[in-house]
Amino acid sequence: MINKVVPNATAAIAGLESHMTVLFGGFGLCGIPENAIAAISKTDITGLTCVSNNAGVDGFGLGILLENRQIKKMISSYVGENAEFERQMLSGELEVDLVPQGTLAERCRAAGAGIPAFFTPAGFGTEVAEGKEVRWFNGKPHILEHAFDAPFAFVKAWKGDEAGNLIFKGTARNFNPVMAMAGKITVAEVEELVPAGTLDPNEIHTPGIFVQRIFQGEKFEKRIEQRTVRTR
Amino acid sequence: MLDKNGIAKRIAKEMQDGWYVNLGIGIPTLVANFIPENISVEFQSENGILGMGPFPFDGEEDADLINAGKQTITALPGAAIFDSALSFAMIRGQHVQMTVLGAMEVSETGDIANWKIPGKMVKGMGGAMDLVASAENIIVAMQHTNRAGESKLLKTCTLPITGVRCVKKIVTDLAVLEVDPDGKGFRLLERAPGVSVEEIVSKTAGQLIIEGDIPEMVL
Repeated sequence: MINKVVPNATAAIAGLESHMTVLFGGFGLCGIPENAIAAISKTDITGLTCVSNNAGVDGFGLGILLENRQIKKMISSYVGENAEFERQMLSGELEVDLVPQGTLAERCRAAGAGIPAFFTPAGFGTEVAEGKEVRWFNGKPHILEHAFDAPFAFVKAWKGDEAGNLIFKGTARNFNPVMAMAGKITVAEVEELVPAGTLDPNEIHTPGIFVQRIFQGEKFEKRIEQRTVRTR
Repeated sequence: MLDKNGIAKRIAKEMQDGWYVNLGIGIPTLVANFIPENISVEFQSENGILGMGPFPFDGEEDADLINAGKQTITALPGAAIFDSALSFAMIRGQHVQMTVLGAMEVSETGDIANWKIPGKMVKGMGGAMDLVASAENIIVAMQHTNRAGESKLLKTCTLPITGVRCVKKIVTDLAVLEVDPDGKGFRLLERAPGVSVEEIVSKTAGQLIIEGDIPEMVL
């Protein structure tokens, strides 16, 4: 067993530097690496290019790093929920690259799977296709998209073991497994860190080979973005 | 004229037994409430769940169980959860039979615009570009006209498009229309209760094809 455990979030972000490209797991506020974000927010690291489906909300998630002006560029599919984000984007302080969600996921998966680029039908004929190679397969047009190249990925799982094996809960899985594959250094924060041998190998979602550092998060707020309920 | 629930109810009649269906945010979400009892369909939400159920009861909401609109949901018996790459493999791989989504504009050749208003709103496309590029059956649920009273069914889209020649059917508050597969225009199939063909003609800017008597829709 190769032990991947680091003591805390501060130790887990060692080596992260200004101007790096970083992948952040999560969809909305669901399954985001809260503890790594908090640790990064306490550093003077700036100029980050962040790949994340969304950009958090004001005061939470990546919204914290936006407020600190630590992010130079966001690569996301949907960014609608954050006033500070909108302000920085409209004033030109923040660069934004909008990418179709499936393309975003596949660019992560491909990076982790050793596939440098791929063709997808998503975005053909739209602004997203501008400047990209088009090829026809099976009578349909496709555009060339490239895998991400990211030195760091930060993901969040429900349970993990010392070997870095991860199990996710519910739709908090989302981008976390593919971003774990894509990062050269993948840092996983988990709600419950257990000894190797505790988790059933049949039930591992992300094998530890994709995880370089793992720690138990100090605190998970797990904020709900849209609380919708029905009456009994 | 149909209200939002009426549009959703009419779209629900398009569902076939055994289909996997992706519902977009807004009116499309309401379609789940009107699926006929004699058929089984399963809802996919592109953040990573098949077998999405209704909203949870008050007090049972789970931050780790949401839909693509970031709303708290439940999982039905037989549900499955997966990552984002697998989710879009289902969509791009055409394993999901139907997509229902909203639109700001639709062109008479089936182009759709629903992700950006230059200078006003830039929220992003989310999964919409992947969905419209691959789904075999794409139904648009929308109002026939915008808040200014202008037609949303156009000759060509004026806003940045989400996908090219992809919309098959449109259900509005006034009508059910099919996009002619040869690009000839919007074929009027049904009128909403109490709506005349003349009204639909006056509120459709793109080419409208009217053949024979147009029946009133049955809900």
